[in-house]
Amino acid sequence: MTDAASIYHVENVLLVAIRDNITDTDIITLQEELSHRIVSDGARGVVIDISALEIVDTFVGRILAQLSSIARLLAAETYIVGMRPAVAMTLVELGMDLSGSRTALSLSHALRSLRASRLA
Amino acid sequence: MSITSLEEVLKILREDFDDILQQWLETQREEGIRRPDLFSDSESYRQAKNLLTAFASGMTSASQEGRPNLDDPSWADLRAVLEEITHERVERGVSAGEMATFVLALKTPLFMRLRNNLKDSPDALVSEISRLSRMIDAFAMRTNEVFIEEREQIIQRQRDEMMELSTPVVQLWERILTIPLIGTLDSVRAQEVMENLLNSIVEHRAEVVIVDITGVRVVDTQVAQHLLRTAAAVRLMGAESIISGISPKIAQTMVELGVDVGEITTRPTIRAALALAMNRVGFEIRANKESARD
Repeated sequence: MTDAASIYHVENVLLVAIRDNITDTDIITLQEELSHRIVSDGARGVVIDISALEIVDTFVGRILAQLSSIARLLAAETYIVGMRPAVAMTLVELGMDLSGSRTALSLSHALRSLRASRLA
Repeated sequence: MSITSLEEVLKILREDFDDILQQWLETQREEGIRRPDLFSDSESYRQAKNLLTAFASGMTSASQEGRPNLDDPSWADLRAVLEEITHERVERGVSAGEMATFVLALKTPLFMRLRNNLKDSPDALVSEISRLSRMIDAFAMRTNEVFIEEREQIIQRQRDEMMELSTPVVQLWERILTIPLIGTLDSVRAQEVMENLLNSIVEHRAEVVIVDITGVRVVDTQVAQHLLRTAAAVRLMGAESIISGISPKIAQTMVELGVDVGEITTRPTIRAALALAMNRVGFEIRANKESARD
């Protein structure tokens, strides 16, 4: 497990909290780790909290999009939550609208949506 | 008497200052630019007196060689007075033409005196008049420049104010925001709209935002792009956007332009959008039993 992100398993959902100082290596490690955990924990939902991130570049943006695609292949639905306005504007500017991922205002919003779709 | 100097003019200004001032004001009245509706007699008098004083002192100290140069330090007084007066006049709605005539009217009393005093030396008369004329023309030109600068500042200020006024985000209900867009949506404003909207989403924990474009005059490809980008950013934040106020005409234009709104929900009226938004956050709008419907 890296220091830059923590994964918690709650009910059928994996909660991922990404810290502000995450590096490119860290996030690749996270992608590995998360893929394994989805299968080993039998998770049906993944919630990635990025509220700590003040800057998101194309690399991190692409990995976030990839995480959602990977999770979908492993039968889990991904929610990206807590994006800051400045980050949202940057991503749109970069043309990355993460159209493959679901988004929610906060962790509880995401959990509510997951419960509504009976995944949690 | 030297022909190239403005000695005679200086002498007249020194000796006849009060009379010239009176006649200048008189000429302004004859030219129809006194504007008693905007300025009282005492204000007009004060403005003209300050200007004439600064003009006279500038004439005395400034070099008489070459073209009149109002940027010269000896004209600092005049520039300051001019700026102050122009500021007062622009604020009250005096036009550029009136402003120039105001200054040019100074020629009449000065020329009349020159003609009387230099009756016997036509060469000196012509020379003084032509120099003085250039002087006052430069003076009037500078007045207009200052006038335009003042106007530009006012325009800039109003633009800034309009910018602030034109992107108000309003909370319609718990977790529902609306931003009514009015006028033209250029890149600068689109950026402003997006920033305001995203920050308000965080502040109000909003789940649905209604972007109302009823008041947007033209929707071209660029405006459509701005709207789509705003909607994309709203989605990234985890909220949903509804674009309302799409008139039949705008709908046709958008299709003709090949604008694809993708998965963004659109509604023709803000009323329909509100009903949908309420539904999304778990409320329902229902008619009261007693309320009569026709």
